[in-house]
Amino acid sequence: MKTFTLKYLKINLIILGTFCFSSTFSQENEELITNKNNEKAELNMDAVFNRPTLGFDKIPVTLGGYLEANTMYRIEEGITEGLSFQARRLTIFMAASISDRIKFLTEIEFEDGGKEVAIEFAALDVAFHPLFNFRGGIVMNPIGAFNENHDGPKWEFVERPDVSVNMLAATQSNAGFGAYGKTYSGNWIFGYEAYLTNGFNSKIISNEQDKTYLPAYKEGEDIFEDNFSGKAMFSGKLAIKNRNIGEIGLSYMGGVYNKFEDDDEEVEDKARVDVLAIDWNTTIRATGTYIVGEAAWVWVQTPDTYTQQYGNKQQGVFMDIVQPAYKRKIFEWEDATFNLAVRFDYVDWNVGKFTETNTNIGDQIIAITPALSFRPTPKTVFRINYRYEWQKDILNNPAEKAATWYLGFSSYF
Amino acid sequence: MNIYLLASLLLFPLLFSCEVLGPAEPEDYELLDGPVEDLTMAEIKRFIEGDVAFNDQIFTVETGLGPIFTGTSCVSCHAGDGKGHPFVKFTRFGQSFPGVNNYLNQGGPQLQNKAIPGYEPEILPSGAPHSSLVAPIVTGLGFLDAVSDQDIIDMSDPDDLDGDGISGRVHWNTRPDYVSDRPGTITLDGKYISRFGKKARVYDLLHQTADAYNQDIGITSYFEPYDTYSGDKLNPEIDRQTISDVVFYLKTLKAPIPRDQDNPDVIAGKALFQNIQCASCHKPTLETGYSPIEAISFKEFHPYTDLLLHDMGPELDDGYTEGYAYSNEWRTAPLWGIGLSKDSQGGQYYLLHDGRARSIEEAILYHGGEAENSKNMYQGLDQNEKSQLLKFIESL
Repeated sequence: MKTFTLKYLKINLIILGTFCFSSTFSQENEELITNKNNEKAELNMDAVFNRPTLGFDKIPVTLGGYLEANTMYRIEEGITEGLSFQARRLTIFMAASISDRIKFLTEIEFEDGGKEVAIEFAALDVAFHPLFNFRGGIVMNPIGAFNENHDGPKWEFVERPDVSVNMLAATQSNAGFGAYGKTYSGNWIFGYEAYLTNGFNSKIISNEQDKTYLPAYKEGEDIFEDNFSGKAMFSGKLAIKNRNIGEIGLSYMGGVYNKFEDDDEEVEDKARVDVLAIDWNTTIRATGTYIVGEAAWVWVQTPDTYTQQYGNKQQGVFMDIVQPAYKRKIFEWEDATFNLAVRFDYVDWNVGKFTETNTNIGDQIIAITPALSFRPTPKTVFRINYRYEWQKDILNNPAEKAATWYLGFSSYF
Repeated sequence: MNIYLLASLLLFPLLFSCEVLGPAEPEDYELLDGPVEDLTMAEIKRFIEGDVAFNDQIFTVETGLGPIFTGTSCVSCHAGDGKGHPFVKFTRFGQSFPGVNNYLNQGGPQLQNKAIPGYEPEILPSGAPHSSLVAPIVTGLGFLDAVSDQDIIDMSDPDDLDGDGISGRVHWNTRPDYVSDRPGTITLDGKYISRFGKKARVYDLLHQTADAYNQDIGITSYFEPYDTYSGDKLNPEIDRQTISDVVFYLKTLKAPIPRDQDNPDVIAGKALFQNIQCASCHKPTLETGYSPIEAISFKEFHPYTDLLLHDMGPELDDGYTEGYAYSNEWRTAPLWGIGLSKDSQGGQYYLLHDGRARSIEEAILYHGGEAENSKNMYQGLDQNEKSQLLKFIESL
């Protein structure tokens, strides 16, 4: 993610403010699509545009965003640092229809009280045909379920899935371009995305996590300006959905991640990273139960003479089950809903055996998170989560246990 | 159902169950880490600084890792402050006899067998004498550091004058210029009593720390400024304060706390430990001399070592040595914390200097030389007595 200077931040806010105050009338765009109304929704890949926004008369611009905040109480092996209050992120998105076939959308995120400001998405879309749309700029790499569909208000959990943010690199976006498209036939929807973007860098195998860690690429310098390896990374996704059954997606991204040449001289062997993910979502009509998840595998080439601390294979999965439990009018909120939910997380950052002992390498986490959420409207969620996790170090020593209570909210505005 | 009642029912247990539903804190005796008792608040702050450097600081290419190395951090060799796992076993090579390492110009004495991308690690020179070593437990080191030189000399019996077949000797060795005398330092022919390391090669914890950063991680410092790859003198990649904090951390890590000491089998095993003369080398009780850290000054403690070199017989003689030790000599390994070593070795035992022993009994059976008699006596015990002895050792 690109960090802004305060100057650019101010300019952005002034632009946003100008749009707000120049409108004499505004109206809410009712096309909110959450992951609860799966039947009418389109594909997971459409999430970037399926957000509630405010439109302004005479100005072809819409604005929106969301805020996430929570309290957290974590107990790690019986020791707690006490209660924390967190304002995790404030995200602002702005879309513009430049013409009938040309759209622009950007998503700017302020995390940790503004300590980190990032453009997560800023792309120009040109529609040539439903099966062929051009997209260029800073694009979300279409890997798994979560990366492109990460808005806090859509989820019943304060924490993002481990596999998505601590094994894959959600929210992962890169400068690049490509195409996407969809087609329909009866109850079936088929979609694809394919992009060439900047790729990862060597931070993924040399970082303070002391493990192969794709999110570490964000610590690299000028990641939106400079492709570290000099080779484009491909990312793509195929998704198919049956309106009565659900959606399944198969995604891939990969490329060379290291600077193997410097001043036209070969300084390292080329090393690749390859990622494969499967994601799914469905709603069981009889009960209204919503299920979403993704499984992913990462392969990273590391030199044989490097340390096994940095693994060359990773795998992980998450699955959320959300059950609407109670729905009625409360105060002025029609269809306010209480949901019961549970999430299962699993990540193994280093799949394999130690060369020296032929015993299994650890570096794994398993977590289960029961949750209770209250949605006065689909755009706002109040949530109570209790996450219990077991984490093993690389040596496979007895797992360290931790439990975390969360009470928080996330809301579009 | 009334919605407010439902919400209250769900929130009520939440408010009162935060701590109850979290994992329980392990008992002190289940863990190796933690400070010694009675540190001042200022000392505890410094302990925490050292703890962070030792357990959390990971070296990367950008922060100086390598370019050739064996581990990426202190904790990669000493998980939970315990014994190391063979995954980060390191090899030292080049010296067969006291005083001379003929392979210093070929990368000795330590083999950096890992390299960052774009570099080639060292390869063990053909025919070089060598030993593979797993990292030792690091708790209680401040107590061992504070034992007076005179006490160590008093425990030695190099000519076996008492006729018990055990002839532990002091390792008189050279030391780097950057270390300082302890109170009451005794010298012999310009050499000093060294006490840390498998061969008691290392003089003190500053020597050990600066050496490990350099030889294990490839980090140059004010104390050890030479890069292990190029041999060039480089700018420090770690500051003196951090090294000093780590040394303080190692000095103030608590001594392992024995467990099950009221168990009848453990009590019986303790008596057997004395009877078969294990305690002749694995001395149960030592005392510290003066230390500027009051919490470890003039204290009695129970490490089960005499800090001396002993002939351990041909089976443990790798043909490699360090300093002025012989290749068949090893410093008596402290036994404290041995029962917890599985918790830092992936749930399994890897004992003795190279982790070859997969159980305490196997480690006993590898003993030879001065320990031959004790081993034979152990083999003469009945099964119940053996079990009692092993339970006692595991309780340490």
